[in-house]
Amino acid sequence: MTPSIETAGLTMRYGTAPALADVSFSLSGPKICGLLGRNGSGKTTLLSVLAGYLRQSAGTVLVDGEPVFENATATGKVCLVRGTGDASSPRVSVRDLIDFAGRLRPTWDAGYAAKLLEMFAVPLNRTPKTLSHGKQCALGVTMGLASRAPVTIFDESYLGLDAPSRYAFYDALLADVLAHPRMVIIATHLIEEVGTLFEDVLIVHDGRLLLHDDADTLRAAGTAVTGDATLVDSFTLGLDVLNEKTLGRTKSATVYGPLDDRRQAQARQVGLDLGPIALQDLFVHLTSGGSR
Amino acid sequence: MFDDRSPIYRQIADRIEAEVLSGALTGDEQVMSTNKYAAFHRINPATVNKAFQQLVDDGVLYKRRGIGMFVHPQARQALRARLRKSFFADVVDPMVERARALGIELPDLVERITQQASEEER
Repeated sequence: MTPSIETAGLTMRYGTAPALADVSFSLSGPKICGLLGRNGSGKTTLLSVLAGYLRQSAGTVLVDGEPVFENATATGKVCLVRGTGDASSPRVSVRDLIDFAGRLRPTWDAGYAAKLLEMFAVPLNRTPKTLSHGKQCALGVTMGLASRAPVTIFDESYLGLDAPSRYAFYDALLADVLAHPRMVIIATHLIEEVGTLFEDVLIVHDGRLLLHDDADTLRAAGTAVTGDATLVDSFTLGLDVLNEKTLGRTKSATVYGPLDDRRQAQARQVGLDLGPIALQDLFVHLTSGGSR
Repeated sequence: MFDDRSPIYRQIADRIEAEVLSGALTGDEQVMSTNKYAAFHRINPATVNKAFQQLVDDGVLYKRRGIGMFVHPQARQALRARLRKSFFADVVDPMVERARALGIELPDLVERITQQASEEER
């Protein structure tokens, strides 16, 4: 089965303020997607609507062609792990919580869950509330991984893990997705650390979908043009310039969009230096300031 | 390892080509499977697939159905021929330019190269 997600004109208002405005995209097939956006950009709202936790104000949200909100067929296919909050109920032990998840989800793998909890050293007898922040995160990612849900979403849920545990999570995620292909969406701020795992990248900014592209395409999408200020200005005329820095007569401009061989040769001919832009820097340039 | 500054499929392909050129990978030798490569380097499997497919298209690797990917017996030769073409533009020209900027005389440069070549012959 190849899970698919489709949104069209998705809009979400809390009161009068729009948290999401006219978001349209489609994802299909088993793949790992990164959802990037600054704080308050609308990531969590978008993911909550995808999982059916919230009803959108306007537009459509389909999972495998079916509307999500109050539709058990669709919501049963989606597992959203938000921070650590969803994993912490007051008087239930970790063991009971895991048992409960098993009864709730037909795709749940109890053996795998037990293995992950052992790997992350999460005590089974304690209640989630009494666990350290790191262990709560470990419980959260376990709930997501072992759900084997066709659409599994991690909303910054692993950020509280220490570095060795995060890498253990990435390794477990990759191994499990290879063995059980499904759609995984990861909302994150740790772009440099987790970026190589993404096939697709979505960037939301101010409640709007700024872009959705292949991760490798984005890695080639930015270029730093550096050299004599007047030469840089004439070269970048008509190009999409995201950012500029000047030092004396030298200028460096970040250009968004592909530069073909002819343009590259042109730059070299006049002595301009062309350098690559890392995914994280591209994200920073695309989402800083209100220029776009 | 791999960085986020250029397409990762290209970085993977470059790395395997370098291993074939150096002789670390030899003709008809099996390369790591896509899944193993993805897990080992923590890279999206679709990206690894794209790199391997590119290498098949370029004649560096070939597929044996149900078994895996292997280094094409002529891969090293073909790569050498291809990279020889751009060697002067990619390596020699920038070196000459750099030497000029540093005030190194061209005869000194030639002498160094001749010296290295004769040392290797011994």
